[in-house]
Parts: sequence; structure tokens; C-alpha cells
Amino acid sequence: MRNALTIASREIRSYFVSPIAYVVLTGYLLLAGWFFFNLLARFNMLLTIYSAQQNPEVLMRLNLNEFVIAPLLHNLSVVLVILVPVITMRTLSEEKKTGTYELLLTSPLRISEIVLGKFLGAALFVGLMVLLTGIYPLILLLYGNPEITVVLSGYLGLLLLATSFVAIGILTSSFTENQIIAAVTCMVSLLLLYVISWPADDAGDTIGGLLRYVSLTEHFAQFAKGIIDSKDLVYFGTVIGLALFLTHRSVESIRWR
Amino acid sequence: MLEVQNLTKRYGDIVAVQNLSFSAKQGQILGFLGPNGAGKTTTMRILTGFLPASGGSAKVAGFDVFTESAEVRRRIGYLPENPPLYADMTTDAYLRFVARIKGMARDTIEEATDRAVNTCGLERVRHRLLGHLSKGFRQRAGLAQALIHDPQVLVLDEPTIGLDPVQIREIRALVRQLAGERTVILSTHILPEVSQICEKVVIINEGQMVLEEDMDTLTRDATLEDVFLRSISKETADPTTEEPA
Repeated sequence: MRNALTIASREIRSYFVSPIAYVVLTGYLLLAGWFFFNLLARFNMLLTIYSAQQNPEVLMRLNLNEFVIAPLLHNLSVVLVILVPVITMRTLSEEKKTGTYELLLTSPLRISEIVLGKFLGAALFVGLMVLLTGIYPLILLLYGNPEITVVLSGYLGLLLLATSFVAIGILTSSFTENQIIAAVTCMVSLLLLYVISWPADDAGDTIGGLLRYVSLTEHFAQFAKGIIDSKDLVYFGTVIGLALFLTHRSVESIRWR
Repeated sequence: MLEVQNLTKRYGDIVAVQNLSFSAKQGQILGFLGPNGAGKTTTMRILTGFLPASGGSAKVAGFDVFTESAEVRRRIGYLPENPPLYADMTTDAYLRFVARIKGMARDTIEEATDRAVNTCGLERVRHRLLGHLSKGFRQRAGLAQALIHDPQVLVLDEPTIGLDPVQIREIRALVRQLAGERTVILSTHILPEVSQICEKVVIINEGQMVLEEDMDTLTRDATLEDVFLRSISKETADPTTEEPA
């Protein structure tokens, strides 16, 4: 474990000395701010219209959680599909390219320590990125009255989603020494997992259910609604565990090829 | 200290190394020679536990490279052909990182880093980024990395390649100084280098062993260059057309 932490801390330090991290972080926060501003403006407009119409029933149903926070979280999750691969693409690919892979594999480290260290480093960075967008719901808490538990569960979901993305990103990075290939493979896999449930409605109970189960979005949507179900926690745990296990095999494969 | 027996490595159908056997005693500097593509790097990667062999066995410091890989990796220092440096780290931070992943105790790391820096003459560039260092300093940083945990066996893959004559001489002096108690395996195709610092020579060609000899006996009546050329041409040329020696 000590070794994994050593690798993770080197990883995090290297994020902050490279411009990529700052570009990604700034871009993410910028987009988050833009989403927030527009969703809030729309909410404000709806509020004005319905109060003018004096329609208390509709007004009752207008709330910050459903009209601002949930869509914000969904938008943020889509942006993660594009940005997480950029963060994770270098984790193992770059080591292979520059030859430091040889240093890692000829040191008395276990492969699990290398994989775990890389994962922890990238996950902490992406976690920070997600948590920094928490400033927008915080603004709502100061000036409005959203349900705080729903906000928290939504952020838990976003963090779990981001962590799963990281695990998949590290897996694709372990396949190649080319960072572009690693990033594109990751992005395509994430997008596929995102939209895989699209035909579910017409695909019958068994296949439709399966597609819905595999889809990352379906599980994340539960959290965004404020529902923390152990089923969804197990799902994200499985995705992360499976991706890390496959990464372990992929790194190890140099020993049996 | 080092024992290789019938080592074989195949990549699919291609045989990179075949039935290689040699040994080195403690404190010996072994010159590992051969033309480009002879299988030197492959052999070194197997010895350091980076690649598995397809057959045969190898022992480093009494431990089997395949079954006791972690023990071997603890006792071996390896400088690959391209020094494995993180361009975004300073020399100091890098060496500390390497010391930690080599499993050194926390309280010995500081001292070990100082020692490696001094031994390899890195004082001037301790706080500079590795990516900004000249080729010579990068090579030294690579050496410092290989010896920071005071390994019993040092494996150096072409440590002087791409250096200028002054740097070559410095690295050579460094290797000689490092030997002492340690066993050093040094691959190169610069022959004068070998005749100056090595006590034993192993020559391989096309993955096969062609010669294992002590330097003294080898160069008694011929230069190393003659021996090298003769032994690798014997392997490749048709025996009927070979010129009488």
C-alpha cells in the first residue's frame, strides 16, 4: 500500500507540473459555469411566467433540484466523457513510451501496486475537478432552498461515475504506448457505455433490461434523482473493480507474451 | 553471483536468444558484447525481471529470476538503454522516488540520495528538471537511479552510447569505481571500452553464445577487436569459404 501511495503522489505531482491539468481543470469549470448560468436563467424565466399566470399548481412543481441541479449534473457527466480520457491517457502509455515502464517493472513493486497507484492518482485529480464544480450548488444553497440531500447524492453519483471513467481510462492507457490511441479508445468506450441503453425500450424485457443495467447513465440518473440504491453502488464498484482487474492482466501480459 | 543456464527467449517464431549460458563472480565486471540485434538487451531484460524467458534458468545473487523475481529485483540495479527518467521531476525528487519504490526504509532514503548524487557527480543539477539536462547528465542520473539502493548486481545497457569522449571517460571511471563488491554486467559494442574495464567477456551473436573468456587469457595473443570479429564471422560465414586464421 505504501508503494501504491508513492506512485499516486508522484502521479498527482506530475499532473500539476503539466499544462494539461490546468487546461482541463479550467475548461471544466468554465463549462460548468456556463451550464449553471443558463439553467438558472431558464428557471428564472419559467418562474416569472408562471407567477404572472398565477398558477400555483405549476409553481409548486418548479424547484431548483429538478430544474437546475439535476440537469447541471447530467451536463457535467457528459463533459467528463470527453475530459477524463485526456487526464488518464498518459498514465501508463507515457511510461511505456519514455521507458520508465522498465524502471517500474524492474523495481520490487507488485503490479497491483502500480495499477492502484496510477488509479488513485488520477481518481483524486478528477475528484478534485468534480468537487470544485460544487461551488454552483453552494451558491444555490446560500440564496435558495434546494434539497441538500439530493444535491449530495447527485454529487456522490457524479464522483462514482468519474471514478469509473478513470478506471476505464487507465485500462485503455495500458494497451498502448500511444496516448492518442489511449484517449480515443477510452472516449469511444465511455460514449458507448453512455448510450448503450438507447434501444432498450424496443428490445424486450431481457435484453432491454440488460442494456439498461450496463448503461452508466441509468445508474447515475438514480443518484441525480436523490436515490442511493445499493444496486447502483454495486454497479459502480463492479465497473471499477473489473477495469482495474483487466488493467492488472494487461500490465502483467508482458510477462506471459 | 550471476548464473545463466540455457536461457532461451522466443517472440512468436523469432528466436531472440538461444541456449545462453554464462556466469559472473562477485566483484567482476562482465563485458557483454555482440553486434546490434544479437540479443543483448533481451538477455538483460530477462535478468532484471522485465521479460520472462521461454526456457532455461537464471540466478542472481542466489535467487531465481523467475520464481523469486521480487528478491532479485530488490538486489539488482538496471540502467536500460534509454535512461528511465521522468522529465517533469527534479533530479533530487526522482532519486527519492526511485529509492522509495526500490523498497528502501524511509530513514535511509535521504542518505542514499546524497550518496548517489555525490557518486555520480550530480550536485550541480540536483534541483533541475531531468527533462532539461544534457545527455551526459541524464546518463548519470540513470546510473544514480540504478545504484541508489546499493544493489549487489548492476546491469548497464550501453551506458556510454551517445556521449562525447570526455563523458565516456567519466562514465567508464564511474563504472570501475562502482564495481568493488558489486558484479557489473555491461553491454556495449565499443570494444576499447571493454578491454579497459572488463575482467571477463561474453560475446553473443544472433542470440547464440560464441565466447566466454577471462579478459587476460583472451587478449594474450590477439586484440579484442580481432577476437570479436573472428568469433562473430565464424558463426555467420560458410565454413568452407572461411579464410585460414
